[in-house]
Amino acid sequence: MREIQANVLTETIAKLAIEANCVLPCDVKRRIEDARKNEPWETAQGILDKIIENYGIAEANTVPICQDTGVCCVFLKIGQDVHIEGDIRAAVDEGVRRGYTEGYLRKSVVADPLRRVNTGDNTPAMLYTEIVPGDRLEITVAPKGFGSENMSRLAMLKPSDGIEGVKAFILRTVEEAGPNPCPPIIVGVGVGGTFDKAAYLAKKALMRSTDERNADPFYADLEAELLEKINALGVGPQGFGGKTTALAVNIEWMPTHIAGLPVAVNINCHVTRHKTVVL
Amino acid sequence: MEKHIQLPITRETARTIKSGESCLLSGVIYTARDAAHKRLCELLKDGKPLPFDVTNATIYYVGPTPAKPGQVIGSAGPTTSYRMDAYSPMMIAAGETGMIGKGKRSAEVVAAMKEHGAVYFAAIGGAGALLSSCIKKAEIVCYEDLGAEAVRRLEVENLPVVCVIDSEGNNLYETGRNAYLASR
Ligand code: SF4
Repeated sequence: MREIQANVLTETIAKLAIEANCVLPCDVKRRIEDARKNEPWETAQGILDKIIENYGIAEANTVPICQDTGVCCVFLKIGQDVHIEGDIRAAVDEGVRRGYTEGYLRKSVVADPLRRVNTGDNTPAMLYTEIVPGDRLEITVAPKGFGSENMSRLAMLKPSDGIEGVKAFILRTVEEAGPNPCPPIIVGVGVGGTFDKAAYLAKKALMRSTDERNADPFYADLEAELLEKINALGVGPQGFGGKTTALAVNIEWMPTHIAGLPVAVNINCHVTRHKTVVL
Repeated sequence: MEKHIQLPITRETARTIKSGESCLLSGVIYTARDAAHKRLCELLKDGKPLPFDVTNATIYYVGPTPAKPGQVIGSAGPTTSYRMDAYSPMMIAAGETGMIGKGKRSAEVVAAMKEHGAVYFAAIGGAGALLSSCIKKAEIVCYEDLGAEAVRRLEVENLPVVCVIDSEGNNLYETGRNAYLASR
């Protein structure tokens, strides 16, 4: 059994929270720069130029790319042969607390959804754990802004709605969101499972690099088709019109019940942030 | 091609700013988000004075990140405006002439803009590091307990915004998209 001290978890998360908020992942930058090259609409070109300038400034000065430094989503893939010495939940939250305080990040979490008092340190983290084979610990920190989170939707479709129903729901969700989630967006889709699993898969889909397509060619084709259809909507960067509405569509799927077809769409903005390390 | 606008914006000036125009704003603006709007509108409902003069005021929907040492303010891009829709008609009636945010507005907000003369601008969502360089001074006016959501008085220089909805109700989110689609 490999031992990892909980304070290592804390330090890693603090560091990742700052890096993730100030440095956009390379694949997302590449998508935006490619989109700029292929964007025919002048207003849209100007906005993409400003977006590129913005993440350059953020990276050079270690300041947040966006002021919404999000709720801090933390994904732990814990090898079954690893033992974490100490309180995992407390260690994760301490990492978020430190990262958000030391990194001058915004504290955007309220303790209670109805009474709404800010916790003051961006805790608690949204913690997702998965037990996997092996003796490694994979940590992903993904700050998630709520401009795009608020535009996310879930539908319990009928099996008879089929693939056309799924496509229509995804397109409708993106079109209705329009300018609100800061397009160009990245679209995370979860299909199958249960009500809650579909939502989880959609969030997980956003953690995948935009360079990677679904391993199953059927779903990879669906990703490509949806990206093309979304970019034909004409919403454009910031909703002012243009070709670049989405940078990528990532789909995750899993088995489901004979009576159901859950589909969840988790929208992320052009400031799609996640950073992973393996201990 | 950008239009320079010196703040404050009067009702008359508001009526001259047209949907689709790129503008550079200079002067004083105030920040307020959800929680601050709720408090401000409670004061208005009770007929009490506001902590700052809302006559001809431009309000920026933003909750900045904390300033690092040596910075005036942290990253400061717009938040999604529709969450302020419940409050904006009341703010406009009280004197507000400009709003800066991102995203769609309700029919009620547009109606109040037309009636009183007010304009809705969008700043680039997600460009907070870039936009903060236009903010030359920042101080808290009230509601410090709200942290990032406190009301701040900002002095801005050439803050780049686009007029999305003007005082006649023209809307760039519709016209821009339609123009692009028609061009294909
Ligand atoms: S949706 Fe994304 S880019 Fe827009 S304000 Fe929120 S975090 Fe920033």
